[in-house]
Amino acid sequence: MNKLRIIYNGLITENPTFVLLLGMCPTLGTTGSAITGLSMGLATSGVLVCSNAAISGIKNMVPDKVRIPAYIVVIATFVTLLQMFMQAYLPSLNESLGIFIPLIVVNCILLGRAEAYASRRSVIDSVFDGIGIGCGFTVALTMLGSIRELLGTGTVFGARIFPETYGSLLFVLAPGAFIALGFLIAIINHVRNRKQS
Amino acid sequence: MKKLPSTLTYMTLSLGVITIVAGALLAWVHEITAAPIEEAAQRKQVEAIRAVLPEFDNDPTAQQVTWTPPSGSEPFTIFPAYKGDVFAGAAVEGYSLNGFSGEVRIMYGFDAEGDITGYEVLSHAETPGLGAKMDEWFRMDIGHRSVIGKNPAETSMYVTKDPGGEIDAITAATISSRAFLATLRECYDAFKYYKTEKTVSHE
Amino acid sequence: MITYISIIITAIFVNNIVFAQFLGICPFLGVSKKLSSAAGMGAAVTFVMALATCVTWLLQKYVLDVFGLGYMQTILFILVIAALVQMLEIILKKIAPALYSALGVFLPLITTNCAVLGVAILVIQKGFSLGESLVYSVATALGFTLALVLFAGIRERLALTEVPAAMRGVPIALICAGLLAMAFMGFAGISIG
Repeated sequence: MNKLRIIYNGLITENPTFVLLLGMCPTLGTTGSAITGLSMGLATSGVLVCSNAAISGIKNMVPDKVRIPAYIVVIATFVTLLQMFMQAYLPSLNESLGIFIPLIVVNCILLGRAEAYASRRSVIDSVFDGIGIGCGFTVALTMLGSIRELLGTGTVFGARIFPETYGSLLFVLAPGAFIALGFLIAIINHVRNRKQS
Repeated sequence: MKKLPSTLTYMTLSLGVITIVAGALLAWVHEITAAPIEEAAQRKQVEAIRAVLPEFDNDPTAQQVTWTPPSGSEPFTIFPAYKGDVFAGAAVEGYSLNGFSGEVRIMYGFDAEGDITGYEVLSHAETPGLGAKMDEWFRMDIGHRSVIGKNPAETSMYVTKDPGGEIDAITAATISSRAFLATLRECYDAFKYYKTEKTVSHE
Repeated sequence: MITYISIIITAIFVNNIVFAQFLGICPFLGVSKKLSSAAGMGAAVTFVMALATCVTWLLQKYVLDVFGLGYMQTILFILVIAALVQMLEIILKKIAPALYSALGVFLPLITTNCAVLGVAILVIQKGFSLGESLVYSVATALGFTLALVLFAGIRERLALTEVPAAMRGVPIALICAGLLAMAFMGFAGISIG
């Protein structure tokens, strides 16, 4: 399969957030601003690429019945590595993402890709799948983060678009996360429905 | 290579090997990152102490003293500052559990008279855009927002909504503001305790 | 006593795990189409969360802290939760088939419910004692159940209404969840003790 095709698949056709609706917790919880959304997307993508590669590499050494715990150990290892590096070199980012960093372990996207893709394909293909799905997730989180930040405070990535007093704080708060994501998915559904008909 | 069958031996072996490799890898990286993690935490503290205190030439971290507030179980930390041999003030790291969503950790700086010289919000979980504004709000020179330069012995460190209060609360974040000021009052108590009982004279 | 009451109220209403902390969203959206299954899932989560939090708390205190293995926290906790869920499934099947048939389908879903791992890590970060951790985990799970049951009630009605095609399903559900979250914000600022 064409490598670009695999990435396109992860980014658009099987976008983990907008199409497969996986990994909702970090999607809602870390998108209070564009920068935290982007960082969370990149952190998750990094773990996904590594775990996909590792799982694909060891797929024949793992008997079927214990594959889930084995995958969990692999994923948890990479998450812990990420956690340690972030604590050491990016402490303030680590603090703003907080509990959502260790919780990458239970992000359904990772275990889902391990089961559905990495456990059957070659290492190279799995890496590309990780990149594709990771990009899809990162783009989705950055989009949602930018929209919430813009509507809430009038800035995107800290750059002011309109005065803060016009912003509706609701979008930075919890309800805004649900509502913004709901409308975003509705718009994407609408575009896809149009294309089909 | 063929896939290993699900017999007990293979299952134990494969899981065992994966866990051992994972454990070893983590232990190794832990060795590497332990020092930078420690450093990052300390740097943050030292930077905060420098930011809130007036000039000093001792090592406040080395001379730190703890003080337990009547309301809590975990102690506050006092970092005393000396210039030459003279007590120049202290930075006090305190916390409040009554933030809008959990703990708020703040470091305040006081000069020798107890005037507030600065503060740094170390960690909080307050609402973005509301309570989170405490980082800037209480140093803005607008209305009665700023606490900088004021002395808790003279200014009533309560929000204006509360009886006798003289500090403006953050708009729509009274709870965060109350937590901020409660921490301030307790940190001031810690400062007074240090000033009356612990100041060391360098003779 | 006041601490416990404060923990309970905060965990259920003020800092509701779904509406304020964004944990456990997957089962919240996935298992909330019917009231009966929502209640079942809530019960299963309560059970597992309380058990898992106690076990992981003890492990943290008497194994990880003692040997300075704090960095193994994530890996150990998730394995313990996965193992607990598996064991619970086997035990329930053997000794309480009635309960198993009621909760059984939800159990495998719980391993990847980030609320369970989230609470296990949170009680360590908050420095709770064992008793406080237990109360916090049960209260959080009750908050989760409350969110789930309320939301299921709304979705049962929603299924009968005319919604624009693009909004059908998850989008309108998310928007309703947003409105519920707004209602829960009304609890914010309640402080006890």
